[in-house]
Amino acid sequence: MDFTFTEDQQMFAEAARSVLTAEVTADRIRERWSTASGLDLSLLQQIQELGLLGMLVPEALGGLGLGQADFVMMGQTCGYVACPEPIAEQVMVTAPLLVDVLDRGLGHGAVQTALDALQGGALVATGHPINPFINFAEQAEWFLLGHGEGLYLLPAAEVTIKPCKSVDPSRRIAEVSFEASDAHCLAKGESGATLWRSTLNRGALSTAAQLVGLAQAMIDQSVRYTTDREQFGRPVGVNQAVKHLLADVAVQIEYAKPVIYRAAYTAAISPTRADLAVSHAKVVAARAALLAARHCIQAHGAMGYTWECDLQIWVKRAWALAREWGDEGFHKNRIHEWLLRPNALLGPDLTFGRGSITDSVAA
Amino acid sequence: MDLRYTDEQIAFRGEVRGWLNANVPKKPLPSFDTAEGFEAHREWERTLAQGNWGMVTWPEDFGGRGCDLLEWLIFEEEYYRAGAPLRVNQNGIFLLGPTLMEYGTEAQKARFIPAMAKGDEIWAQGWSEPNAGSDMAAIRCRAVRDGDDFVITGQKIWSTRAVYADWVFGLFRTDPDSERHHGLSKILVPLDAKGITVRPIPQLNGLPGFAEIFFDEVRVPAFNLLGGEGEGWRIAMATAGFERGLMLRSPARFQQAAKRLVELYRSRSNEVLDPTIEDAVLRCYMDAEAYALSTYHTASLLCAGGSIGPEASCNKIFWSELDLLIHETAMKLLGARAEIEPQTAQEFADLGTWLDGFMFSQSGPIYAGTNEIQRNIIAERMLGMPRK
Repeated sequence: MDFTFTEDQQMFAEAARSVLTAEVTADRIRERWSTASGLDLSLLQQIQELGLLGMLVPEALGGLGLGQADFVMMGQTCGYVACPEPIAEQVMVTAPLLVDVLDRGLGHGAVQTALDALQGGALVATGHPINPFINFAEQAEWFLLGHGEGLYLLPAAEVTIKPCKSVDPSRRIAEVSFEASDAHCLAKGESGATLWRSTLNRGALSTAAQLVGLAQAMIDQSVRYTTDREQFGRPVGVNQAVKHLLADVAVQIEYAKPVIYRAAYTAAISPTRADLAVSHAKVVAARAALLAARHCIQAHGAMGYTWECDLQIWVKRAWALAREWGDEGFHKNRIHEWLLRPNALLGPDLTFGRGSITDSVAA
Repeated sequence: MDLRYTDEQIAFRGEVRGWLNANVPKKPLPSFDTAEGFEAHREWERTLAQGNWGMVTWPEDFGGRGCDLLEWLIFEEEYYRAGAPLRVNQNGIFLLGPTLMEYGTEAQKARFIPAMAKGDEIWAQGWSEPNAGSDMAAIRCRAVRDGDDFVITGQKIWSTRAVYADWVFGLFRTDPDSERHHGLSKILVPLDAKGITVRPIPQLNGLPGFAEIFFDEVRVPAFNLLGGEGEGWRIAMATAGFERGLMLRSPARFQQAAKRLVELYRSRSNEVLDPTIEDAVLRCYMDAEAYALSTYHTASLLCAGGSIGPEASCNKIFWSELDLLIHETAMKLLGARAEIEPQTAQEFADLGTWLDGFMFSQSGPIYAGTNEIQRNIIAERMLGMPRK
């Protein structure tokens, strides 16, 4: 039993953090809002050159061969800097799905092509049926799309894209439709359902990690603001009412993080217990981020309600991501269904299942 | 990261479970805030000590097993799972014991720890005074050095377990010219000493869980001074850290309560319920798990030689508000009958001990530093917000 990150994991997270915090700033995020693609291609190139896009891809397939628990801190950083590029989704969702397909010997040559394209820096979009739209669809070269339980891989030329406007100017969302034909089908029936199910968990986990990063960034900005801003001759942050707004968020973040770490670990080793662990992570991360959004707007006073204040970048991302990859209703219902089972493993001795992997998968 | 128990940890759990199965009283003990219940709980402490289960993290020389924090968590999980009695000597074993080990002389350790471990001496705590509650540095109860003794005069209040306990530890002002957190010392006082009057204070449930203590020129030997004279505040703060906070309320307590809540909820799921209940039950389950996971995370860090920072201040708020939600939700599930204080076996079977737990949960956000004070600490020390 060791619930800590290894030194390697921490060094890796630190390396990703130093690149992302240096390259993704509020000013540069605003610059993206008025460009056609909304992407910072030089950032994507840097991430690609570091090999991060293939972080979870096995070494034999050209990746770094790391696991989900290795990614989770980098996911938090993507949220902390409010990174507009769908890096977390490429790394944590799309690449592992393509690898899963290859592992099962499904599909056709295009799968390897798409995986190579992704690792080369091109966007490969995943359109899970739970999400009504895809972020940066217009910039994607390949699409993994769902129809019923089927999983399809199509080049951009074969899909129809209908853009919508997100509340978050950093997001370029669009509805994507396509003709489900056998030529593009990778998996159907039970096999497709299984692939989509683990994809949903990876998406929710990746989103949960970003949400706590967003929440932490909102807190940090609010601490700075309430320290600098003076009223009645002293910083507004000396007032307990303001302190307690932010302390409440800090508590939620503190207790969301280990839940996310457990989910990352569990999803990798125990698919049957993953649903519960991941839904728990998504619910508490969304709760922390939405509370942060509300309380941090309040802590900024009227400034918090302006377009000028950078806080909006994080607030709006939280509003969007809280409902992506399953909203609160979806994830709470997964937990509820489990809790009502007469054989649910509940109680103080069962936090990690029955104590060994074989038992813990028999959730 | 490896979230599997080792073979040794699994074996340890089995050993704990086996001993508890054989030894936990079959019938719940009466409340330790009654004379009869207090002695019954003292007997239970003696039983634990005989099996060397009184305080598993203590060194073997002091009746412990030298366990690390992860093993301690496993012990606690089994303890709450088995429905074992609450620890009547928690002030001693969780609060004073670790302080004695760190700051006590060898003679003091030999004098106090074995008696504490065996349940022969049950401890009350004496921090608060009528004018020193959240503002503990306003303590005025004075201890004047007189030769080899201290002479204590003043008053303590909200002293948990003081009605039936044998000893009290507390902070006293040993330097009469000092102010605030200077000039305070930690002194151990027998509650049967001449000049002590204990006035019980009935709590919300009518039982005297705490008391006022009046000191009228109470003479105690200087041997009972723990740490240096004037060092009381530093010692109190140093031991107010993680291990104490963690041990005060281990996660297993809330996981067991959340499990009972889920069972209660399942048993009522065919009834017409307040629609907020489903969400609350989910939240209780999730938050109890989260508290356990956070504790494992921290315990792993400490076992690996790491240290923890001010984020530990989040604990108190999280578990006390969780405890409130668990019991508020149980009250909702019991509906109008939640009002009944069970007297008969049938009423106990139907209503359990939820009402008593509900009343106790009202105190969680107040004791051990109110949650408002905790939020200030989080804002100032963890987040770095301005003090003035």
